[in-house]
Amino acid sequence: MIEVENLTKSYGSHLGIDGITFSAQKGETIGFLGPNGAGKTTTMRILTCFFPATSGKAVVAGYDCFENSFEVRKRIGYLPESVPLYRDMVVDDYLAFVAGVKGVESKAVKQTVTRTMGDCGLDAVVGRPIGELSKGYRQRVGLAQALVNDPEILILDEPTNGLDPRQIKEIRKLITELAGQRTIVLSTHILPEVSMVCERVVIINKGKLVVVDKPDNLTANLRDSSRLFLRITGDLDQIAKALGEIKGVRKVESTPAANGCNEFVVEMARGADGEQSILPVVVSNNWQLNEMRAVETSLEDVFIQLVTEEDSA
Amino acid sequence: MNLRNIGLVFKKDVKSYFGSFIAYAVIAIFMAATGYLFFNLLASFSILSFQAQANPMVAKQYNLLNVNETVVRPLFGNISIVMLLMLPLLTMKLLADEKKSGTMELLLTYPVRDAEVVIGKFLACYTVFVAMLLSTISYPLLLINLGEPEVVPILTGYAGLFLLGAAFISLGIFTSSLTENQIIAGSLSISILFFFWLMSYSTMFVSAAFGQIISYLAINEHLESLAKGVVDTEDIIYFVIFTVLFLFLTLRSLESKRWR
Repeated sequence: MIEVENLTKSYGSHLGIDGITFSAQKGETIGFLGPNGAGKTTTMRILTCFFPATSGKAVVAGYDCFENSFEVRKRIGYLPESVPLYRDMVVDDYLAFVAGVKGVESKAVKQTVTRTMGDCGLDAVVGRPIGELSKGYRQRVGLAQALVNDPEILILDEPTNGLDPRQIKEIRKLITELAGQRTIVLSTHILPEVSMVCERVVIINKGKLVVVDKPDNLTANLRDSSRLFLRITGDLDQIAKALGEIKGVRKVESTPAANGCNEFVVEMARGADGEQSILPVVVSNNWQLNEMRAVETSLEDVFIQLVTEEDSA
Repeated sequence: MNLRNIGLVFKKDVKSYFGSFIAYAVIAIFMAATGYLFFNLLASFSILSFQAQANPMVAKQYNLLNVNETVVRPLFGNISIVMLLMLPLLTMKLLADEKKSGTMELLLTYPVRDAEVVIGKFLACYTVFVAMLLSTISYPLLLINLGEPEVVPILTGYAGLFLLGAAFISLGIFTSSLTENQIIAGSLSISILFFFWLMSYSTMFVSAAFGQIISYLAINEHLESLAKGVVDTEDIIYFVIFTVLFLFLTLRSLESKRWR
């Protein structure tokens, strides 16, 4: 459905994206992940034929984005990050306009608009000017305009940006419902969102592809180590040194805290039983153990690790 | 080129003009300004007529008692100046606003061609302009009712104004495509129009050949003859080329945005 090969876009001397390659199958939901300015929007704008790439190839729905942009544009639905809408237009009129230019037949326009508005939960705002709507509803109108011609491919640039937690939940639910047979590419910098709605993750940083994988695989890769969080009252350096000497400990990060109750994050090799080996050391030194718990590895850690690895390399 | 897409863009923009009251405001100001100017022309004509009644020499000296020469022709000149100031107010938002609000990004990713967008917008603005110009029809009707003006120069004068409007709107859309700032787009088109207007003043300071070129390029020279009732294909061609040229430049300008 989507084939991107060695895509590069330069803005003057600055490279927006640099040699990005990935692909998406029919019916797959792909999450685009990266810090601000990583090149997510640039990639999406090339895929939606808003502007051409400097070099490389992007094929969407079997058509080249540059040579056959008109065919591509018939088959996609796009929601830009800023959700640009005509504020002085009435919701229904706007969607009828979009349905028309996207090639829905004149006779079917009204029915299509009613159906799409129902699908996107817009029944309550029939006949209202878009400018009067809340951010959440405007986001839905944005989604509705992307969906109105029932496109094979949906490209959503940060669809949950700027919404309140309840709205975010609703939009995510909507996206999951929409998935079905459609190919969806969505970008976000909210990490839990990706593990919730996406089957595969594309992480990019500073215009370069970092990794493409399933969210589960990414977290599993980091799980060859386990981490413990400890709070111990006592001398910081002494404790750090003692913890570092324990068998199976790979790394100790220490943070001094108020009233001598210091915080430590201990990284253990896989298979080593952290609790069992640390406790005796603490007891024998007569330190006061305030807290001990396992640290969950989240997609967030994977992301930060991958992105910082890239930086130091 | 898809006529349906042109129609859809046209409908959207006409609705936006009349939905946001821009059209009403501009038409109202246009009527007030042209009405005031018409009143003054008519009032000075009637004073002259009274003077001529008392003293026949006045009429002979100035040859001013022709309604067409004293009221109709200056009226068309005045209307065209008001158009020069008002039409950029209608055109400045057409593309600049879409760019500023980001709706251009969506519009360009829909399966519509740039030409369909530009023509749809041109026609939408032209429709508002036609409504605006038709609001002045009461002035010549009043003259026909009160006096005996020649009708042909009135008709050709209106034809000239309709052509002139197309040229102004085309240039306005072009400047609107250059920037996302409506004020810049508007003031740029007013200044370029003034330039084309005032150009003819410099004909006397340059060589004859160059002066001829300048006077052909000057926009008001072409309106002048139509307002006199002279239909010259040269003038009509001038307006058509002016309009088409700037619509074409608008398309190029939109296209170049994609490559940056």
